[in-house]
Amino acid sequence: MSNTDHASTTRARHADGTPLGESTQGNPGAGRPTTAAPPRPAPGRSTTEGRIFTVTGGDWDSLSEAIGNPADDERIVINMGPQHPSTHGVLRLVLELQGETVTQARSVIGYLHTGIEKNMEYRTWTQGVTFVTRMDYLGPLFNETGYCLAVEKLLGVTAPPRAQLIRVLLMELNRISSHLVYLATGGMELGSSTAMTYGFRERETVLHLLEQLTGLRMNHAFVRPGGVAQDLPANTEALLVAFVAEMTAKLPEYDTLLTGQPIWRKRLEGVGYLPLDGCLALGVTGPVLRSAGLAWDLRKVEPYCGYESFEFDVPTATEADCLARYLLRVQEMHESLGIVEQCIDKLRATAGEPVMVADKSIAWPAQLSVGSDGLGNSLEHVRRIMGQSMESLIHHFKLVTEGFHVPPGQVYTSIESPRGELGVHLVSDGGTRPLRAHVREPSFVNLQAMPAMSEGGLVADVIASIASIDPVMGGVDR
Amino acid sequence: MPDQEDQLRTAEPEGVDRSGAHEEELTAREPVVAGRARQGMFGTPGSGDTTGFGGLRLPAYAPAAAQRPFGGWFDELTDDLLAALEARGTARTAVQQVVVDRGEITYYLQPETVLDVCRALRDDPALRFELCSSVSGVDYGVDVPQRLHVAYHLTSMTYRRRIRLEVALDVPGDGGLREAPHVPSVVAVYPTADWQEREAWDMFGIVFDGHPALTRILMPDDWAGHPQRKDYPLGGIPVEYKGGAEIAPPDQRRAYS
Repeated sequence: MSNTDHASTTRARHADGTPLGESTQGNPGAGRPTTAAPPRPAPGRSTTEGRIFTVTGGDWDSLSEAIGNPADDERIVINMGPQHPSTHGVLRLVLELQGETVTQARSVIGYLHTGIEKNMEYRTWTQGVTFVTRMDYLGPLFNETGYCLAVEKLLGVTAPPRAQLIRVLLMELNRISSHLVYLATGGMELGSSTAMTYGFRERETVLHLLEQLTGLRMNHAFVRPGGVAQDLPANTEALLVAFVAEMTAKLPEYDTLLTGQPIWRKRLEGVGYLPLDGCLALGVTGPVLRSAGLAWDLRKVEPYCGYESFEFDVPTATEADCLARYLLRVQEMHESLGIVEQCIDKLRATAGEPVMVADKSIAWPAQLSVGSDGLGNSLEHVRRIMGQSMESLIHHFKLVTEGFHVPPGQVYTSIESPRGELGVHLVSDGGTRPLRAHVREPSFVNLQAMPAMSEGGLVADVIASIASIDPVMGGVDR
Repeated sequence: MPDQEDQLRTAEPEGVDRSGAHEEELTAREPVVAGRARQGMFGTPGSGDTTGFGGLRLPAYAPAAAQRPFGGWFDELTDDLLAALEARGTARTAVQQVVVDRGEITYYLQPETVLDVCRALRDDPALRFELCSSVSGVDYGVDVPQRLHVAYHLTSMTYRRRIRLEVALDVPGDGGLREAPHVPSVVAVYPTADWQEREAWDMFGIVFDGHPALTRILMPDDWAGHPQRKDYPLGGIPVEYKGGAEIAPPDQRRAYS
């Protein structure tokens, strides 16, 4: 039960409506045993909802004494989170328990709502990239690509092949890092801190590579409407070859460490079961849907960014439980690594090709270079704009401050993020800003499956189920 | 309603393609306005326009109703949808307008029919839209008639098709601030719409009738107002200059959109 630290419980009233007992002070048996006082007794207070205890860990003895005979079949409502190490972020769970069995589970979200969609309505289409990248902060490049594909569809332009290729490369690297965080946090929540250290260690390798390629570890804002911000650095091929070699050696370690491990299997096998019809009704996509047997991967069924020219498999399972989802994610990392490997040759073949559309009324006019203080505006480029002609300066100024106009209409594009279908619904009224930007976040939709997966199970299985959905609260709340 | 359906049935015998007649009906309707009117050269209001183009007027965008043939699988799907609606006793007039734009098809529906149409789309063997990908509200701005829309994005995994359903809602009273616009909930057909409809209620104040628990989801329970409405007041930022200066809220700053 160490997972239920930092939780507060509500005790239901007696049938006659009187609250159970008095406050802690009035009850000599609660929290003040005569022999040895617990280090931190759970303080209790009476409310109209019954008695409420705030539990902080190490105080379960005093709590169980205070609530009396545990054998009576009173229901207990336990509130986990929003600040809790096992709830995968600022997610609040309200669990109704019968003993240790969950009879009802509800999740409360919104603790990380930052109004990104509203904010985007007051920024240019290009600035929108900077906002969407912060939604699902573990898959920023997916958000950027999904958004940019939607803007490009509204504009009626297509990014050049090399830009699409760079997007694919970055997305697959990002998929690996995202699945590694799933392993790390999921492992930690189940008590396997080795999985946590392994996962975050390898993720660091990916983030370091992404920093060398895009300039930033997270929140890259590298994919832009019309292409990508700039071409990859000259040493990309060497970096990628070294990365593939390192990950090829390290990825099998997860299999060795976890797959056959009895505790890991017992915590995951048969837990969080959600069959195919349940997935479809609840709109669940991504690895959870594929663990129920449907090979639905948008990279295959509705290819975008040239995924049709890559060779990869879509792993599926039919067990529809947490273990199957773990195995699928590990296999997906191998497939992603294979795509990264294929990108190396294709990058070499397209070297020197443009990475932004030729239309200067859309293409972002900045050029970046690594200076003494990191990646920033290329001084040479600034000098050319400032010194070349007044018209060039005006064009640069207007495009950056005012932005480009997007023809009116609406589009919906969807890509396969590590968590499922990431959809972007954009509405333009012909201006330089979105009239409405809505992101169909797979985390948000998939989290609805939490009650279906966990009701009837144990409290500890709720944690495993949520970890297998792998919600990112930045994406859920936006 | 039943009388109308009976008339439709008696007037036009089964098995006859009536799409042409329906098309006239579709195009005869008032178009759905989806945008705001602009004026001047730069789209910036409230400041003097010295360019000489201050008199320019650009009407609000209204998506043009599509004409047959729609192209691709759109015609087949539309025929199947209308046939399925008829078989289920829903009038063909449930579909107010069809728009084909950028390779996507949008069916503008009468709001009260949305649940029936969704059920037909999910259950009919020729349609099979098993997945409701997204439900989102859109506010087109205070001056637009029927300013609030709800857009449903449905996916047919069987046929690998995507469509959009859209309803334009009558906003009663003073911009819908006191009385909320209503639309039937589709949770009974697509349980995944649960949270998405709650979000649309939270952000736009659209009431989904028949939703099992329509409460706020992202904002706190006691929040007043619906933040993604275009007329929701935005906060400025006070700065410590003399005279109580304030950085204007984003919707009041000069903008060239």
